[in-house]
Amino acid sequence: MSHITLSAINFAWLPILPLAAVAAGAMAIMLIGPGVEDEDSAGLGILALITLLAAMVFAIFTLGENSLAFGGSLATDDYAAFFEIVILIATALTVAMSLDYVADEGMAGAEFYSLILFAAFGMMLMAAAGDLIIVFIGLETMSLAVYALAGFLRRDPRSNEAALKYFILGAFSTGFLLYGIALIYGATGSIGLAPIRAALNDRAAQNPLLLLGLGMMLIGFGFKVAAVPFHMWTPDAYEGAPTPVTAFMAVGVKLAAFAGFMRVFMANLGPVSAQWTMVLWAIAALTMTVGNFAALVQQNLKRMLAYSAIAHAGYLLVGMAATPRAMAGGAMLYYLVGYAFTNLGAFAVVIALERKGAGGATLSDFRGLSRSRPGLALAMTLFMLSLMGVPPLAGFVGKFYVFSAALSAHLVWLVIIAALNSAVSVYYYARVIVVMYAQEEAAAPPRLAAHPGLVVSVIAAVAGTILVGLYPQPWLSAANSAYASALGRPAARVASLR
Amino acid sequence: MNYGLTTWFPIAVTIGLVGLIVLTMVTINRLIGPRPPHTSVKGEAFECGNPPSGSAWGRFSVRFYLTALLFLVFDVEVVFLYPWAAELRSLGMFGFVEALVYIAILFVGLAYAWRRGVLDWS
Repeated sequence: MSHITLSAINFAWLPILPLAAVAAGAMAIMLIGPGVEDEDSAGLGILALITLLAAMVFAIFTLGENSLAFGGSLATDDYAAFFEIVILIATALTVAMSLDYVADEGMAGAEFYSLILFAAFGMMLMAAAGDLIIVFIGLETMSLAVYALAGFLRRDPRSNEAALKYFILGAFSTGFLLYGIALIYGATGSIGLAPIRAALNDRAAQNPLLLLGLGMMLIGFGFKVAAVPFHMWTPDAYEGAPTPVTAFMAVGVKLAAFAGFMRVFMANLGPVSAQWTMVLWAIAALTMTVGNFAALVQQNLKRMLAYSAIAHAGYLLVGMAATPRAMAGGAMLYYLVGYAFTNLGAFAVVIALERKGAGGATLSDFRGLSRSRPGLALAMTLFMLSLMGVPPLAGFVGKFYVFSAALSAHLVWLVIIAALNSAVSVYYYARVIVVMYAQEEAAAPPRLAAHPGLVVSVIAAVAGTILVGLYPQPWLSAANSAYASALGRPAARVASLR
Repeated sequence: MNYGLTTWFPIAVTIGLVGLIVLTMVTINRLIGPRPPHTSVKGEAFECGNPPSGSAWGRFSVRFYLTALLFLVFDVEVVFLYPWAAELRSLGMFGFVEALVYIAILFVGLAYAWRRGVLDWS
């Protein structure tokens, strides 16, 4: 072990501040929480929101930092800061939409909010990983917290089933990832991402150990982003988990999984992209098609959104299949921002409509929503249109950039499959709108529709969906420079550190 | 690096030896081992030589589980503290503060368990 000098300590403080803030907040809630009654748990949620806000300020301070900390294991580049900020926004919206749900369902607030923050910590760690061990630690910190969150409705068998399925398949996939990490270490002699990239040449690309490691890691990440054929756990886990947790799984976990996936594969295994882009081509085509066609027949909105999340992972993988193109990475980061706002909003509407103990809203719960809750119906319409990919919303612009990146990489057939899939998806998204506007009112009124936390999160999601789509330029240039920082600068920095 | 067959030769020898040893042990056992008749006692679960009591699917208090978790937390803590103690001088002030932060985080876990009433056994 090399000697750690004092300058290394000073150097290391800024990069970990956003992470440390989230962890400290989680521990504070763990200590204060047990003294708070479950009905008053909203106070703990507010504490979580303050923590997330503080972490966001720190993350903004680290923008433009572009350095490696802790001997190269933590990358503090714009890529990490970009993902940290988006993950913090997504977590904050999740907490905001949980405030009333958690109190209403009688869930233990101390554990709920601290686990949400610990999961957010793991997600941010994954985005900021400078070596494969940190990718793994971040993934585990996130996953273990989310497994527990998925089973949080302890008396609901569906929630138990969700947690168990998610845990067993998640642990299984983590094994693949870890084995892949070990094989790549064996092939390149390093766990640091930048040294691995430096070790990749034409000769290394023929090394069977490396190829086996690539395949294993692809399976591991495939499980986490819910790509077909590793998607089996998704619908059941999404349906059974408490709805705010489902939103967190669909957005936060997906953001973090793609953050790790993209940094490891696109940015650092890019030199051998010829070895894995063809596999991604097939996975992307399968993921889009299976996700969209399975979503067509769903009556439960949570299940439908689960399959929709699978389909969107497929669209994102189209970008990954275009890897040597630098614009693909920026387009995917932009897509993820729009995806985050839109999906969080859609899940917030589901929370507003579902009845206690019903385990999510069905299509019939949306009947006549345009008359009983016109504002909510309008917001849901917007989210569905954005998921469909209708201009000028965030979903359209994201798809446009990702597909143009794929076209510039000459993936014409994949883009045609993606466009056909988008057309198929119109059916099940539009059905929600039709039910809301064309059918008469449902009997029972929604239970949480007007609670402040939900109203705020729906409004924030609407604002995000419109602004990200209408003014794409600032977001896109931020995304492009973030991806560029993951591609280039840290490698040069590592060379100078040696 | 050379990925030729010669690199793998020691591994092949190891695998061969493993197979050979297993085969020898099984064969010797068959040849010279005594063969007492099957009794019902042989079919029972082994409990450290005591006569087994109750079913193997018996239920026990969930508190053992919590105790095991707490034990794990502090067991792992000590495992990490030994190398730190051995390297204390070369790690300097930075290592000292690191370890204190680490211990403090684990104590948050203990304090949480305490407040949740895991420690009173009643």
